[in-house]
Amino acid sequence: MNMMAKTHEVSGRIKERLVVVGNGMAGIRTVEELLQRDPSRYDITVFGAEPHVNYNRIMLSPVLAGEKTFDQIVLNDRSWYENNNITLFTGEKVETIDRETRTVTSLSGRTVEYDRLLLATGSDPFIIPVPGRDLPGVVTFRDMFDVEAMLKKAADGGKHAVVIGAGLLGLEAANGLAVNGMTVTVIHLMGTVMERQLDEAAGFLLQSELETRGISVITRANTKAILGESHVTGVLLEDGREIPADLVVMAVGIRPGTGLAKSAGLTVERGIVVDDHMVTSDPAILAVGECVQHRGATYGLVAPLWDMARVCADQLTGKFDAAYTGSVTSTKLKVTGIDVFSAGDFSGGKDCEDIVFRDAARGVYKRIIVKEDRIAGAVLYGDTKDGAWYFQMLREAENIASLRDTLIFGQGFGGGASANPKAAVAALSDSAEICGCNGVCKGTITKAIAEKGLTSLDDVRAHTKASASCGSCTGLVEQLLELSLGDDYQAAAAAKPMCKCTHHPHDDVRRLIVAGELKSIPAVMQALEWKTPNGCHSCRPALNYYLLAAWPDEYKDDYQSRFVNERVHANIQKDGTYSVVPRMWGGLTSSKELRAIADVVDKFNIPTVKVTGGQRIDLFGVKKEDLPAVWGDLNAAGMVSGHAYAKGLRTVKTCVGSEWCRFGTQDSTGMGVKLEQMTWGTWTPHKVKLAVSGCPRNCAEATIKDFGVVAVDSGWELYIGGNGGMKVRECDFLTKVETEDEVMEYCGAFIQLYREEARYLDRTAPWVERVGLDYVKQRVVADHEGRKALHARFKFSQVFSQVDPWDERASKGVDAHEFAPLAKVG
Amino acid sequence: MDGITSNLPDTALVTAELAWIEVGRVSDIPPAGARVVQSPHGDIAIFRTAEDEVFAIRNRCPHLGGPLSEGIVHGARVTCPLHNWVIDLASGGATGPDTGCTGTFPVQVEDGSIRLGLRLPVSAV
Ligand code: SRM
Ligand SMILES: Cc1cc2nc3c(=O)[nH]c(=O)nc-3n(C[C@H](O)[C@H](O)[C@H](O)COP(=O)(O)OP(=O)(O)OC[C@H]3O[C@@H](n4cnc5c(N)ncnc54)[C@H](O)[C@@H]3O)c2cc1C
Ligand code: SF4
Ligand code: FES
Repeated sequence: MNMMAKTHEVSGRIKERLVVVGNGMAGIRTVEELLQRDPSRYDITVFGAEPHVNYNRIMLSPVLAGEKTFDQIVLNDRSWYENNNITLFTGEKVETIDRETRTVTSLSGRTVEYDRLLLATGSDPFIIPVPGRDLPGVVTFRDMFDVEAMLKKAADGGKHAVVIGAGLLGLEAANGLAVNGMTVTVIHLMGTVMERQLDEAAGFLLQSELETRGISVITRANTKAILGESHVTGVLLEDGREIPADLVVMAVGIRPGTGLAKSAGLTVERGIVVDDHMVTSDPAILAVGECVQHRGATYGLVAPLWDMARVCADQLTGKFDAAYTGSVTSTKLKVTGIDVFSAGDFSGGKDCEDIVFRDAARGVYKRIIVKEDRIAGAVLYGDTKDGAWYFQMLREAENIASLRDTLIFGQGFGGGASANPKAAVAALSDSAEICGCNGVCKGTITKAIAEKGLTSLDDVRAHTKASASCGSCTGLVEQLLELSLGDDYQAAAAAKPMCKCTHHPHDDVRRLIVAGELKSIPAVMQALEWKTPNGCHSCRPALNYYLLAAWPDEYKDDYQSRFVNERVHANIQKDGTYSVVPRMWGGLTSSKELRAIADVVDKFNIPTVKVTGGQRIDLFGVKKEDLPAVWGDLNAAGMVSGHAYAKGLRTVKTCVGSEWCRFGTQDSTGMGVKLEQMTWGTWTPHKVKLAVSGCPRNCAEATIKDFGVVAVDSGWELYIGGNGGMKVRECDFLTKVETEDEVMEYCGAFIQLYREEARYLDRTAPWVERVGLDYVKQRVVADHEGRKALHARFKFSQVFSQVDPWDERASKGVDAHEFAPLAKVG
Repeated sequence: MDGITSNLPDTALVTAELAWIEVGRVSDIPPAGARVVQSPHGDIAIFRTAEDEVFAIRNRCPHLGGPLSEGIVHGARVTCPLHNWVIDLASGGATGPDTGCTGTFPVQVEDGSIRLGLRLPVSAV
């Protein structure tokens, strides 16, 4: 056992040691509160069983649905721990607590001493004890590991998913899996979905909405067994029905994570029992979050954690009078396009009155439960903007007798405030919670706006985290900005400005560049009244592209406005080295090319060589100074840049086609090579990928490419707007053509339309979704003259862009300053 | 997670004399660009803004060590190429809500040539 005695002498005082078990939302929120009160009081060590830094668990649903990336939901990255001198052990589960010696020991044998110990172990998903529950393919929905498993299953072609449990978690999982292309069935024991949060009417509306999204819901269904031999294949219900499944998600509930506390001999009932100061039965040990039981209650939502964390931090810093008295919670379902809100008690009862409002055309249902002139509960479906207002009155037990008549119409009508949402927001008290995801109150936001001089939604998000997660409070935050700043705040107009440097949206900028014959970045910034001297990292690359696309023969590319990869024609890696990917036309290579690659690898000690997902070879870990020489050697063997770094044409994947394959109908490889020869070197709003398959078996995966071609006996089917990545989108069928020349013409025309009209950083998939398939068909298929003109403009711009950037740098001395240090001293 | 590590701890060097060393000309650096000086303090990025101001900062992002010299320069700021932190060139500090600071070095520009103020170990001067 290695003992880590950590007593640091700080300004003459020995620091107390605080050990936190659980690197989740409650534990770290408590540490944040603690640091705010007294950053130097404790020497803090955090153990987290998960391999990650602290992240926003509630945002796992948007991650699953492809709306966020993991990086976007990180709450505190490693530098935060470092900057606050917190020792963090991730991937280390604490196994035992020795209360006698005041030490904790992790699974890997690390022992750390504490003066105060904070347990924040969260909860464990409940697994129903049916046969088959341990089969591979059965997962829960609790952490990033689960999300990765689900995404992987969907990506690996899993077709059917069964979600057991139609609570908040189950439905968010179901929605996420459906978005990822799986056929989803939700099995629920009760008669109504989310029955703990919704009444029957709202449950019904929700269930109908889910069904229109292709999610089947079976209520009053009991699971008997999970079927399968080596992997799950289905779910058997009590009534004998069998539902096929490649994936089963158990989302039937959670249990407080009490194992560790129990084995240490602390008082544990349903959760770890704490008093009003978050102290357990051992005065040296505190607990917060879902693992605790307070006044008989356990919680499964984040709002109570914020309150607990504050009291706990007070306790840890010697403010012993602060007390936690329990929380009233509210719920929102985080499924894009479905607005559901619920709070308090809606079970009704004899001295309760209901106020109900329905608007079938708008799909709105609202119900307020009033008891003794006070709001006891609220359920809102379809229109939830007044949720915060009702919840506020509920929590503060406000007497609503005078508002009774107009209460159901919401804040705009109530309280004597006119039908003006601003007045309503103004009327909220400072303690009104605006952002439920991050526990941010009105007062915190208005104070930040005033003290830090915030002027935009982005500012507020950055400084307070309000509206930075699910975004459903964005409207409220904007109203607060308006209230605080008055005319200085321009609420988001119809279209969003490109970035903070301008009030013009992308489309306007594109149009004005052409209309005003603006031909350089400074000219654009002057004419369009940019608010910053020379833009920022977000607008400059966009402007550079727009100018290049508008004036291919005249515009001089501004390399200083390009992201490093496009400036130095290689991909930067996390250690500052680069990767090099030579082009392999249509995926073809030769012994000569392979030999040259092998020689380059040996000569420059290139550490990693990998076959990419794009049918070519990537050389990783090349030093920047070596790049021109590496390129020179590759050029000598006839290879050019593969533009693996570019917002431009990446690869044209092909299958072997009729030349060798027994099923091939056309020469797909040859077609691919021709397409790549026509399109390489082009700059586009985002990367562009092509593929050609030799028959409908589609071995080149042509139907998830920006432009895909599938050969059939009678010609070529053309597909557009496909995309792999986080949010997979299958292509739309564009048209069928007969000859190779037509394939080339349609391809050039399609890419040119995208080049001329999409916004920078839009892939073709979201662009096609925005403008509509019909529009693209009209421009590229129906309008013959238009298509030919687009194709001609594409060919014209290619004249200027088809120059191998590697050759320019390896043998013609272009940008030599990039690849050599300015000086070496000392 | 490790970025680029090539620094000697500064404490070992602070006792040395400040020396002004000529490292090149302003025109060797593209406007709104940067180049690197390799030194016993690790790589130092010399920036030239669009307005031709010159700054020298440690070439390590305070976030995860990204090479700041490779970032997009706007105003007197640079955006780190790895995760878009925006660093103020005059102070070396992260701007906006991010916190952290990378070291700065004194620079002088005279007749278009750049001199960098460094405390080099005695043997190296
Ligand atoms: C090297 C490679 C992985 C591999 O080892 O196989 C790769 C590596 C990277 N991909 Fe990829 N992608 C590679 C094939 C793919 C594919 C497969 C394909 O093209 O058939 C996809 C899915 C298809 C698609 O794009 O629709 C793919 C979807 C992505 C995405 C998600 C794009 C999206 O629109 O959702 C990103 C993120 C982005 O571009 O913003 C990405 C971003 C990246 C970046 C550029 C991340 C970065 O910014 O550093 C990686 C750069 C690696 C490097 O330094 O060289 N990569 N990436 C593949 C290079 C192919 C090539 O020969 O050029
Ligand atoms: C998909 C999903 C969606 C959600 N959506 C919402 C929502 O919309 N609104 C809402 O209010 N709430 C939501 N929740 C609930 C919310 O996330 C939790 O209430 C909150 O995370 C609880 O915080 P916690 O710190 O108590 O537990 P956690 O955040 O789970 O943190 C506990 C951490 O402790 C670690 N741990 C446990 N035991 C040990 C040990 N022995 N040693 C070391 N580490 C250990 C665990 O690995 C975990 O990382 C959602 C939850 C999920 C899973
Ligand atoms: S797509 Fe068709 S031609 Fe190409 S390899 Fe598959 S079966 Fe053969
Ligand atoms: S290393 Fe992450 S922003 Fe610089």
